[in-house]
Parts: sequence; structure tokens; C-alpha cells
Amino acid sequence: MKRLAITLLLAGAALPAAAAPIAITGATIMTARGETVIEGGTLVFDNGRITAVGKDVAAPADATVIDGRGRILTPGIIAAASDLGIAEVNGVRETNDGSARQSPFSAALDLSTAINPRSIHIAISRMAGITRAAALPDAAGGIFGGQGALISLSASGPTLTRGRALQYMELGETGGRIAGGSRPAAFAQLANMLAEAQRLALNPAGFDRGQDSGSLAKRLDAEALALVIDGRQPLLVHVERASDIKELLKLKARYPALRPVLVGAREAWLVVGEIARAGVPVITHSLYDLPDSFESLAASRNNIGVLHAAGVTVAIAPLGGIGGTSPINLPSYAGNAVAQVLVPGGKGLTRPQALAAITANPARILGLADTGTLEVGKRADLVLWDGDPLELMSAPVAVWIDGAAQPMTSRQTELAQRYKALGRTDLPLQYPR
Amino acid sequence: MRALLMLGIAGMALASAAAAKDKPKDAPATPPDVVRVGKDPWPSQYKPYPAQVTVIRGATIYDGAGHRIDNGMIRLEGGKVAEIGQTVGVPDGARLIEAQGKYVTAGIIDIHSHLGVYPSPAVDANSDGNEATSPARPEVWAEHSVWPQDPGFSRALAGGITAMHVLPGSANLFGGRGVTLKPVYGRSVQEMKFPGAPYSLKMACGENPKRVYGSRNQMPSTRMGNIAYARQLWSDAVAYKRRWDDYTKRAEAGTAKPSDAPRRELALDTLTGVLNGEILVENHCYRADEMANMIAMSKEFGYRITAFHHAVESYKLADTLKAEGICSAMWADWYGFKMESFDGIRENIALVNAAGACAIVHSDDENGIQRLNQEAAKAMAAGRRLGLPIAPELAWTWLSLNPAKGLGIADRTGSLEVGKAADVVLWSAEPFSVYARPMRVWIDGALLYDWGDPKRRPTADFELGQPGAGDVK
Repeated sequence: MKRLAITLLLAGAALPAAAAPIAITGATIMTARGETVIEGGTLVFDNGRITAVGKDVAAPADATVIDGRGRILTPGIIAAASDLGIAEVNGVRETNDGSARQSPFSAALDLSTAINPRSIHIAISRMAGITRAAALPDAAGGIFGGQGALISLSASGPTLTRGRALQYMELGETGGRIAGGSRPAAFAQLANMLAEAQRLALNPAGFDRGQDSGSLAKRLDAEALALVIDGRQPLLVHVERASDIKELLKLKARYPALRPVLVGAREAWLVVGEIARAGVPVITHSLYDLPDSFESLAASRNNIGVLHAAGVTVAIAPLGGIGGTSPINLPSYAGNAVAQVLVPGGKGLTRPQALAAITANPARILGLADTGTLEVGKRADLVLWDGDPLELMSAPVAVWIDGAAQPMTSRQTELAQRYKALGRTDLPLQYPR
Repeated sequence: MRALLMLGIAGMALASAAAAKDKPKDAPATPPDVVRVGKDPWPSQYKPYPAQVTVIRGATIYDGAGHRIDNGMIRLEGGKVAEIGQTVGVPDGARLIEAQGKYVTAGIIDIHSHLGVYPSPAVDANSDGNEATSPARPEVWAEHSVWPQDPGFSRALAGGITAMHVLPGSANLFGGRGVTLKPVYGRSVQEMKFPGAPYSLKMACGENPKRVYGSRNQMPSTRMGNIAYARQLWSDAVAYKRRWDDYTKRAEAGTAKPSDAPRRELALDTLTGVLNGEILVENHCYRADEMANMIAMSKEFGYRITAFHHAVESYKLADTLKAEGICSAMWADWYGFKMESFDGIRENIALVNAAGACAIVHSDDENGIQRLNQEAAKAMAAGRRLGLPIAPELAWTWLSLNPAKGLGIADRTGSLEVGKAADVVLWSAEPFSVYARPMRVWIDGALLYDWGDPKRRPTADFELGQPGAGDVK
């Protein structure tokens, strides 16, 4: 049995998934599967997959053993919505592939063609325990933004977990503005695009002949949406107002295979019964509590607790509308959902539920079936924390993705080291690195 | 004539008072008639709300000045901190709060907010934070844009905020005057103003001014344009101040008539206030090299910069900032969203603190202002991981005493010291924990937020009759 100090693991570049198994022993294992927490447990992984997890698991004889005592082990955090890999400096247009206002295409846009594994934000987020993410487009030229990609944040790759994994769409105020100025315009565009996609699916050869002259539906867009109406891709819909949510849910009657996911959904708690009955999951933020638009007048930090209590699958994501929103803060966003329970009248989550809201639930919603929980057979996407993972002052001490130990350095840590000691030396500060 | 017509009542009062004080021995019986620029023509009309004598017992106290008292006590009386320590007197009739396991801190002060000027809902009709019609608008005052019914004030209060500085935006090199408010709803902004707090001048360097005006093919379109434009205005301000100083001297000597007073330029009044040290400079600036330029400009024209705001590269210049006595108002971890924020690091606040410079945690955000304690926690943790030990009671100075200094109100609030305002927060747990929430907030000794009492949770007019009214937020 080899014992390996964590510090050794952290040095240098990512190690490829080890040929021999690795066992993390003595850790508090928050599995994100139900409320299961294993005190003093052992998790073994080999060849990129979890091979054993439990209280009485023995480390295999050939395993490298990592002492997890005093640490907490969780699944890797999954950012259910992000611009990781597609935007380097959000405000610098040429580095931002998230939106394409001038493009003649909308639903067809495939974000996987833009993913940059060397983005500095991937390393920065990875150090914070983020192991997978959905890279989502903005909708700009039409209400459909295009097809989002699921990525791995592993330094050793592969970065693309699944391209063309989902479709993204705007409704409500933003969708209305994009579609020409009103909610009915957005719903008309939606109806037209889905009808065209269905027509294409039924008769691909005849698609170009029967098209309305001046129709907004390009063939490529219709092909992309065919994946949505038959349920092969989930449809992530940014929608906030309760009435917009109800209107969207009606689509399921016309397109029964449709798999809508509500994104934002600040007023979802007002129509929680309808959402639960429809079996539609929600991706939202835990910190929305301001009536910052006329479609979010009922925004409340109780939203997630109410939805969860009704049986709705909820993922917490670093969505916009919260200043400085970032994947690196996902654990504390989850922690805030736990704290909400303390406030008299507050509704929120337990710690295991909150952890699931940033691991198991986004995995389920995004179709990442082999990640999100610590169970045998799942990908070894693991984070070992120096304290309660949802606490502000905790941080990962080690991260594995697909079983590969990840480097715990980034451009930020290099800057901090460079400027840790200021002052004049023999050469400018820009020489050492 | 115009100068006389614009002279406010406050200006007149000041004129007589000053004349009386400076009266030479052989002065004529009637003081000279001196026209002066009013320093506070829109004074605060805030009045503290009724306060019960309150004693909190058994809590861990972070006093905001860097001290910690375990199992301590504090008495709030007459709107002030009357006593604080291991034990304090408990007068008959005092409200006694048992707070074992809870935490008491000085109220949080946010030095950078746009509540009221960019209120919720964020529709164009409410968007009043940038007078983006000229790169220099020092004549505008943020308080004249503040909507006192912004629902954000209630959320800030519930987050433990007891004072905040509302600034104009950063579209302009000179954005206008900022104002210090209390998160206490009023029917006018004057009822929310922190009495006697100095004004600030919002300045901005970097990308925003050059982008806003460059995109209109106007100056400034470059960073050198930013500096040139600002230097010209400072030069004009110095000349304006000279005209007024000269006039005042002559008027006090009885050799100038009121009609000789220079024409008032409201823009230059603000800059003159800065040159006289009465108005504080709060300077939006991200990059270290640009902060250095701003410091050089301040020296050229003879004014002081009180704080750099956003300051994501303060860690590169912390030694200089310490030497110059300039505070940095920072986020814990915002970075990368625009080019000038690309070098933001999570250790910024801790490194500024470690260099002995003044560190402040700010929000610049209607959500962030609700959880500045959480931002400080992250900054403290990042510092510790870099090997910089920071005690929690020290980190609390980033949230209270340091911003109070950066706003010129540290003699009145910012720490729980006897005689200072009873601006106090009772927390459900250690306030750097994600699981802590403010249970009660006192401002000037008045209990204005109580998480367990709906009658002590304000609802802004806008939210009345709306779907979210009355809900726990």
C-alpha cells in the first residue's frame, strides 16, 4: 500500500487517471445521494470510476491511500449554467462566444465549437471544486440561443463531455424584446419554430417546398429543434413570471415529449403545484430576493425551499442578476439555501439537499447520469474539502476529475505569489515566475 | 445678481457666523456683507426613531475597531453605545436580550452602493445613476436621483447595513456627488441622510469614461484623454477657487461688494470643496497603474484621494496606498468580467490589509450589500490560505470602522465604542459563517429590523399590494 501526501498530488500538472486504485480513507463522505452521509468512510476509485464507497470498505492492497480524516469528500460541483470555456472576458466582445446577435441562425448554433479548454476560468473554477459545467449561450438574434455543451474542467481533458446537449431559449421580458417587442411575439416565434421543426421531422425532403416565404425557420434551426420536440435534448427556458411559466407548461400538451427546464424562475413558488405536476425541473439562484423587474416582483429566497418541498428537482446555478455571480461561489449559494431555514418563516434545504442542488440535481437535469453522486460505477469526480463544503471559509484540498488528480494552481494563484511581497529587488517583479 | 439669487439660507447663516468669529478688534460695528457658497444647503432631516434602553448579554462581540469580547455585554442608551465590556450596568426597565451563542457586531457600512439611483425594478424610467451627457458632471448630486422607496433599502437593512454611501455611476470622469444614507425609509431623501456626513466626489478612471464618450466620437476616447480632460477641469477648479478666495478676502476686508462675488459654477463648487478638503474623493479605479496616475494628478492639483473603489489591483500597489493613506474598497472575488478586472485575485483584500493599508469590503450591488459579511469571510479565508493570519474581529474592521473612515463618519459610527451611535447587529451565529443571518438591527439605538417580528420588517411602497409583499425574503 502506498501512502501519498495530498501536497504531492497537488504539485505540477494534472496526473492522468492512475493505473492503480486510489482509496480515500477516514473521510466524512457526503454522497449527494438522498441524505446519505458516511462518517469515517472510505471511497475507492480506479480507472476513472468509483469502485467502492462505504463505512466498512477496505482499501485494496495495491491502492494508493489518501488520508481523508478530518476532511469532507463530496462529488464534484456541477455548474448547471455558465459561460465557462466560451467567454474569456465577458465585456470584450471578441473573446465572448456566448451570443451572436448578427447571426442568421439561432437554435442551430453549437457551442461546443467554441469551447476553449485553456480558458483561465476553467482552472480557477476547478480549484474551487467545480468539475463539470453546462456552457450555455445567450439568445440574441432569436428567442433560441442555440445548443449548449456539457464540459469537464479537467486539466488533462477531454474537455467536451457532450456537445449539443441541450437547447436554450428566452421567454418573458427578454424573449419578448428579442422576438419583436412583446410576449405574444415570443410565443408566436416559438410556435412557428416548433411547428417548422415538426414539419421537417415528418418530411425532411419536403421541408424547403412548404415553407412560408419569409419564414424565420432556417433548415439548420429546424433540424436542431427537432431534437427538442422529440425529447432528445432538454429545452432550458429562461422564464421568471408566474404567468409565463404557466403558459410555457401548456406546450407539453402539444408536444408531449418536450422536456422543458425552467431557468431563473423567480416566481416559480407562486405556481409550484403546476410545475410539480408537470414534472418540470428548475435551475435557479438561491439569492434572488429583489423585485428587480416586473417579471420578478415575487422574488424570494424561499423559492427553492418551496419548490423542493413540492417535489420539484431544483439545481442552484450561478445565474445572472446577482452581482459577481460565479461558479466558484456555488457552494456558498447552496449554504445560503440552508441558512434560509433559520429565518422565521423561511423555507430552504438541509445540508445534504443543498449539496445535491449543486451536484446530483444538475447532473440529473442535464443528463449527466454518471456524475453528481458518490456511488459505485460513477465517474470519479471528487472534491476533498478542508471543512464544511458549503461554508464560506472552506476550500478544496484536492480535486479529481475522471479519477485524475487536478493541479491546484491558476493564473490567480500565480499573481498572488508574484505580488505577495512588494518592494524593490534586483529585477522587476515581472521576472520571477 | 445671479450669485446673490442662488445664495441659500444656509450660506447666509454661515456668512454671519464666520464674520462674527473672525471679527478683528477694530472692526466696524456692522460685519461686512460677504457672499459665501453654502456648504450644506440640503441638510439632513433624519431623526432617530424612539430607542429603548437595551442590554445584550452573553454574546461574542466584534466591536468593529478590531477587538473581540467573548461572553460580553453592551448597553444601548439614548441612541448611543453607553457601555460595553465583560459586564455592564443593567438599569431598571432596560430591555435585556440573552444572546448566549449569538454574535453582536458593529453595523455594516457599505461605502459603495447605488441603491435609490439604480433601484428595483431596474427599468429605464428608474435608471438615474449616470448623468452621461458630459465626461465631467461634478455638479450633479446622487441624492437628487435617489428614490427613497427602493425595495433594496429594506433588503440592505435585513443584511445588517446601518449606513451606506450612494454614489453616481462611473460613466463620467467626474460623476457627481455621493451621499451617505441610512437604510431607514423616509418620504424624502433628506430624511435618510446621515446627519453631518461629508459629501464625496465620485471620480472614475479607465474603461468606462473612454468607452462611453469614445463611442460617441467625443473626448475622452483613450486613457490619455481621460487624464487630459480631468487635468483641465482641475486646473479650472484651482482658478475658480482662487477667484473665490480672492473675493472673500477682499469682502472680509470690506473692499468688495456682494455684487463683486464670482458667478457660481456648481460643477466647480464641488471641485473646490475637494480642494478645500471638505469633500472626499471616492475614485472608481481598477488597475494599479491607473491608481498611480490618479495619485500623481491629485498631487499636481493639491487634493487628497480618500479611497479607490473596486481596486481589483490594489494588491499590486498596497505599499504605496499605505504610504499615501488611501483606502481600497474592494470585492472579495469579482474578476474577469471586463478587461480592467482581468487581474483580480481572491487574496486582494487580505494583501492590502497585510501591507498595513486601509481595506474596505464594498458591494456596488443591490444583492451584495445584503451579505457583505460573507464577502469578508471569503477574503479572510483566501488570506489565510496564502499564509496571512487574519482574526475575525480584525476582518470586521473592513466592514465597519474602515468604511466609516472612508466616509468621514468614524467619529460617530463604525465601532461599538462608548459615545458612538448604537448601530448594532445581533447575529444568529458567527457572522462569517454562511449559516448566520442578522436577527436584529439597531440604528441609533432604535430596533428597525427583527427577523421574528413582521412589524419590524419594512415594506417599500412599491411592494405593497404586489405578489412579494410581506414575504420573508
